[in-house]
Amino acid sequence: MRRDLLRLATAGSVDDGKSTLIGRLLYETKSVLRDQLEAVERASARQGLAEANLALLVDGLRAEREQGITIDVAYRYLSTPRRSFILADTPGHPQYTRNMVTGASTAELVVVLVDARQGLTEQSRRHAAIASLLRVPHVVLAVNKMDLVGYEQEPFEAVREAFSNYASRLDFQDVTFIPLSALKGDNVTARSSAMPWYEGTTLLHHLEEVHVASDVNLVDLRLPIQRVIRPRDDAHHDYRAYVGRLASGVVRVGDELTLLPGGSLVRVTGLDAPSGPVQEAFAPMVVAVRLDAPVDVSRGDLLARPKNLPHVSQDLDAMLCWLDDRPLELDRRYLVKHTTASTLARPVELAYRLDLDGLHRDRAAPALGRNELGRLRLRAARPLCFDEYQRNRSTGSFILIDEASNATAAAGMLLPPRPSSGPELSAWEARFAGNGPS
Amino acid sequence: MPSASPQYHLTQLEELEAEAIFVLGEVVAECERPVLLFSGGKDSAVLLHLAAKAFRPAGLPFPILHVDTGRNFAEVLEFRDRTAARVGGRLLVASVQEALDAGRLVERAGGDRNRLQIPVLLEAIASHGFDAAIGGARRDEEKARAKERFFSFRDEFGQWDPKAQRPEVWSLYNARVHPGEHLRAFPLSNWTELDVWRYVATEGIELPSLYFAHRRAVVERDGWLFAVGPHLAPRPGETVVERRVRYRTVGDATGTAAVISSATTPEAIVEELLASDVSERGATRADDRVGETSMEDRKREGYF
Repeated sequence: MRRDLLRLATAGSVDDGKSTLIGRLLYETKSVLRDQLEAVERASARQGLAEANLALLVDGLRAEREQGITIDVAYRYLSTPRRSFILADTPGHPQYTRNMVTGASTAELVVVLVDARQGLTEQSRRHAAIASLLRVPHVVLAVNKMDLVGYEQEPFEAVREAFSNYASRLDFQDVTFIPLSALKGDNVTARSSAMPWYEGTTLLHHLEEVHVASDVNLVDLRLPIQRVIRPRDDAHHDYRAYVGRLASGVVRVGDELTLLPGGSLVRVTGLDAPSGPVQEAFAPMVVAVRLDAPVDVSRGDLLARPKNLPHVSQDLDAMLCWLDDRPLELDRRYLVKHTTASTLARPVELAYRLDLDGLHRDRAAPALGRNELGRLRLRAARPLCFDEYQRNRSTGSFILIDEASNATAAAGMLLPPRPSSGPELSAWEARFAGNGPS
Repeated sequence: MPSASPQYHLTQLEELEAEAIFVLGEVVAECERPVLLFSGGKDSAVLLHLAAKAFRPAGLPFPILHVDTGRNFAEVLEFRDRTAARVGGRLLVASVQEALDAGRLVERAGGDRNRLQIPVLLEAIASHGFDAAIGGARRDEEKARAKERFFSFRDEFGQWDPKAQRPEVWSLYNARVHPGEHLRAFPLSNWTELDVWRYVATEGIELPSLYFAHRRAVVERDGWLFAVGPHLAPRPGETVVERRVRYRTVGDATGTAAVISSATTPEAIVEELLASDVSERGATRADDRVGETSMEDRKREGYF
């Protein structure tokens, strides 16, 4: 049977019962094993707790266990006969926005935990806003602790309504609401009999069935070149291939392609996948491409179809999440890593800082500090071949690296190029932050 | 915008394979002098197999390094030499025994050599000038490893600081280091033990014979079965018995326990794991029981 993979992230604070939910998912899919549970029970007993603290399954670092908080993203693995799951468990505190961005960047689905007693909090809104900004295709609002509100429908509907009002200002493709109790197990892996008014599925069933195949962009062929293979032995004297992982699209033997940024036309004479020659390859496969002409191809170049090309520009507009302790400095040089290309860039203008709580744009903000988001214009030393992040999460994303410390300073999401006379805000951006006063 | 077709959908193992090969490619493209750490265990055998696939028809673009505690199982050393020769890799061996003989290290009380591998590994990385060491560690193995990055920074003392890790967004890996610092790269980060065995079965990857059920003389110690051999003698009061066993992990002969098993093929091992309720390190590694954070502590010092 074909088993596929779903990458998801969870967001919520300890108080929302996130660790309990993850613990229950791991436990009920038999992904926590007996010795691991016993270790947690021993540690809980040492801390004077009567019951096993399932959060200790997740909080692995010494400092986390000492302080009872989650500092860093932890990755968990569970599987059912249908699907395997890679779960990025992200801490929920506002100062850990960067962790949520990290977890959401690779996720196809985000579970936002909401405490049914609290309703939709500022923190839930932040989590949802980050999921929207990072273009996570599927969002689940898990309304937890239903046992503490008597399994009544009203608190659940209140969360749904509050979220719908808020989400109209964001951009979601698919939002699902599930009432559950992680503590009691209602609607996590087994349907609850306590909430007959709920007709949807359990969380696990939703995770197993959510349709993710269509999230892969198979339309726009984008093959960023990672490396060149040139064997040095006589048997492969004339072999030369260009290897990359398809960011999107499908490539076939015989295709005529454009090599960017130069623009020369080449034809694909052969495709070698890791297990042998193939006639076609698709995202996210790694493939070695052989070409008909001895062209100069380097790491960071990109293959695309002549009639479906990405933007090629040195002037970049992007939403950034600042990650480093050292704040953004305009006119300072940063290294840019975008697909497999590396170059230098200089931030020239901070259009605004985005306040996630109210979705306000603060145009007076002088800089971005750690965990802050904002729109920036950059000038790159060499043209980047990119798509807007909204259309392509691979060719639309980049990181900035601090040249002095080598720290990863920011995560960036590219916006459509701004025509000199066009509107200042892209349509997507206007929708995202449209209602906030400037 | 996107179109869907089941024909253009990777299976879980295909996706993990693509991710691992992409990471191997990034290491080679971004680092000056990478090295692949090879213990002869199943994870490093899978890693080496992936590396061979990633760069063919060219050969491996990096050497292979084994840190030999001097207490390895003979089958594993034989497998190591044979496998390195088969893939045409240049094999380097960093020896704990040599470091002990030269007086650069002293044996620890109780004779456990697990931690002694750390200075030997760091010395090998420094003396060869490696700026990236590729390892087969997986996040599902252990809770400190669950926090690891694909590209994990080590300072000039080889230390890991779990609280100051570089955020890793999308698959944009930051491979920048200053001279004297290095990276550890973990292409199998997202693989589980089951994934490794399913891949071994699918790809027909050869492993040391002790991974499969065989009869062996063992003693029971602290609830674990240890093989009696040149590196481990029965203590007074212990009875040597013969059992049908296999190993779930391969480490020092003194610190790695065997499990009762009748599984003789990768497929049978997959079945056995699906029915098991004990993790591989919990079943076999004495070194992890020292404390709740013993892996974190070793990793901070520069462990694999």
